Amino acid sequence: MNNSFYRCRCEASALSSASCGESREFRLNPARSCIYLLFFMALCFSSSIYAAEVSIHGFVQGNYSADVAKSNPDGGDFKWAEERGQLKLDASKEPFKLFLKTDAFYDHTDEKAQIELREGYLDYTEKKWDLRAGRQIITWGVGDLIFINDVFPKDYEAFFSGRPLEYMKKGIDGVKIGAYPEFASFEFIAIPIFEPNNYTDARKFYAYDPMPHVTNRGTKDPATNLENTELALRVYRDIAGFDTSVYFYRGFFRKPYMMPDDINNTTKITYHYPKLSVYGASLQGRALDGVLSLEGGYYDSREDRAGTDYTVPNSQTKFLIGYQRQLWEDFTVGVQYLTEYMHDYSDYKKNQPGGLPKDRKIYQLATIRLTQMLMHQTLRLSFFSFYSTSDGDYMLNPEVKYNFSDHVWAAVGANIFGEGEKWSQFGQLDKNDNVYFQIRYEF
Amino acid sequence: MFRYLIVLLVMLLPFEAFAISAEEVMKKSQAAFHYQGKDFKARVMMKLISQGGSERIRELTMLRKNYGGAGGDQKFFMYFFKPADVKDLTFMVYKYPAKDDDRWLFVPAINMVRRIAAQDKTSSFVGSDFTYEDVSGRDIQDDTHSILKEEKLGGRDCYVVKSVPKAGDVDYSYKLSWVDKGNFLPLKEEYYDKKNELARVFTADEIKAVKGFPTITKRTMKNLQSGHRTEVLYIKSDYNVGLEDSLFSERFLKQPPKKWIE
Repeated sequence: MNNSFYRCRCEASALSSASCGESREFRLNPARSCIYLLFFMALCFSSSIYAAEVSIHGFVQGNYSADVAKSNPDGGDFKWAEERGQLKLDASKEPFKLFLKTDAFYDHTDEKAQIELREGYLDYTEKKWDLRAGRQIITWGVGDLIFINDVFPKDYEAFFSGRPLEYMKKGIDGVKIGAYPEFASFEFIAIPIFEPNNYTDARKFYAYDPMPHVTNRGTKDPATNLENTELALRVYRDIAGFDTSVYFYRGFFRKPYMMPDDINNTTKITYHYPKLSVYGASLQGRALDGVLSLEGGYYDSREDRAGTDYTVPNSQTKFLIGYQRQLWEDFTVGVQYLTEYMHDYSDYKKNQPGGLPKDRKIYQLATIRLTQMLMHQTLRLSFFSFYSTSDGDYMLNPEVKYNFSDHVWAAVGANIFGEGEKWSQFGQLDKNDNVYFQIRYEF
Repeated sequence: MFRYLIVLLVMLLPFEAFAISAEEVMKKSQAAFHYQGKDFKARVMMKLISQGGSERIRELTMLRKNYGGAGGDQKFFMYFFKPADVKDLTFMVYKYPAKDDDRWLFVPAINMVRRIAAQDKTSSFVGSDFTYEDVSGRDIQDDTHSILKEEKLGGRDCYVVKSVPKAGDVDYSYKLSWVDKGNFLPLKEEYYDKKNELARVFTADEIKAVKGFPTITKRTMKNLQSGHRTEVLYIKSDYNVGLEDSLFSERFLKQPPKKWIE
């Protein structure tokens, strides 16, 4: 539990998933403590309900990812090496349900044992509405590893170092209210405590840093107060056979942006999370013998609407099209194309200091996913790839997964990065190629 | 004159011999097998057994609701208990007779509902020897049906119907069905591959009346070429339980109601 107060603060540069070498810090957050307190009061309350139906499941797993291109910056040879156990406790007595998902793990790269609350919430369900309070994972949008309206926290380090995909999503600490009148469904989310994305750890990953000589670095989180409470709303329904959603978000960029104290003579870099609103929509439905997905969003960068402040990203419009189809038995192919358009580009160009790389006005990214299941769907061969047609960089992820039995599976895969610029999203990760192994006993 | 009449009758015999057409048999069979009741609920235990005898278990609750009569639209909701790595996964199908189905999958680990693209005609259902189409039924008009003969199977009078797919959209060239003349359930089906060799055999191993509806509560599909087979047990089957329309929604995919899945 204490571990939740302990956060690794390895932040990205203004560009991408670059990282800083800042030391870790302990922090106690009063609002977060209140939420936990309430949560545990609820827990005690619900555990006192006689005859609640309780189920316990979980797994133990080993997860190792070894460098194949080069040793880590700190000399280590593993991006990830851990043994982990997870317990999922589900107790329900209608209309309440309590769910706790807790991990305990030993991390060999840090030589530390830790406990982590992955999810922990209380559900209350009525006929036409429901409520979920606590730590919960929320996934929005129709992209496959491309997120426009999924504005919730992610762990990119987990993704790049060959951990099971579920670890790419981080929970939020907040409240979700669902309302289900006849004409549409609503999800309303309030997040009082800001949670940033996790990017790569500078001790393990090589990543672009425009000012490597500046060692004095700090991070400024949005203050926890009513004004800064993040709000998100999704309204969805079926329209002509398409699952249609509209989205709204008011909060912050989860990627940290660099704020040097003096751009001409930088002695300190402060990372901050600028204010952001997102307005978006998505459609997903059957078309052309497959599934067609469309998603768009307008990123309103509220602290730099003019596009003149180089420490804050400009507003953007993003659009994604995806198509998925089964070509033969147990073989599915999925393709996606993302376009991001930067508004006020000339102001951005004018104000971007020399020495800092410049983003393109239009960023484009294509993905392909191939999946073949074999041997009664116990063997899965998959291949996923990002390729940026504007930056020229790529990431490849082939994987083989086999279910040895109903309880044991193992996966072997690789993450390969390259090309592009030394600061582009995947190009900067060029020296971080790794092969990974996951094995899990599930019960 | 009388002699001519007999000759005429004999000439007509192949067309008049059965009081019911092959198409009608298959329609009644579809109604008895896949459309019984207004809705249906069952706990399904599947055993996937390899030639060597190793077993894998798939356990789920299947809920089905009809919209319109036999051969009409249907909605399916499935909740998985086993194996452990798919526990709490839910799956929903809107089935339409004349067009492709809509399918959604809920992945609990990342709290995500996604549409999935799958052709039900050839896709295995959860790795078993049944295809999606075997589970939810094939459209009558997709095949040309003819009654080959009538014979007894396990003491029951049956029509033996040959069904030949009109399009080459499946991996078999034809199917023979032994349809019980009494309750119209298929007691046995044989699937012949493109070389006209017997490839898969379905058998109804146990039939029980549930709320008065004859129901196949135990069935097997055996792949003769691989030696793999799947045994399916329906336990706690029930009809007309009153499934609400709202159940078949994203909301309940994410939070399946206990009262329906248990």
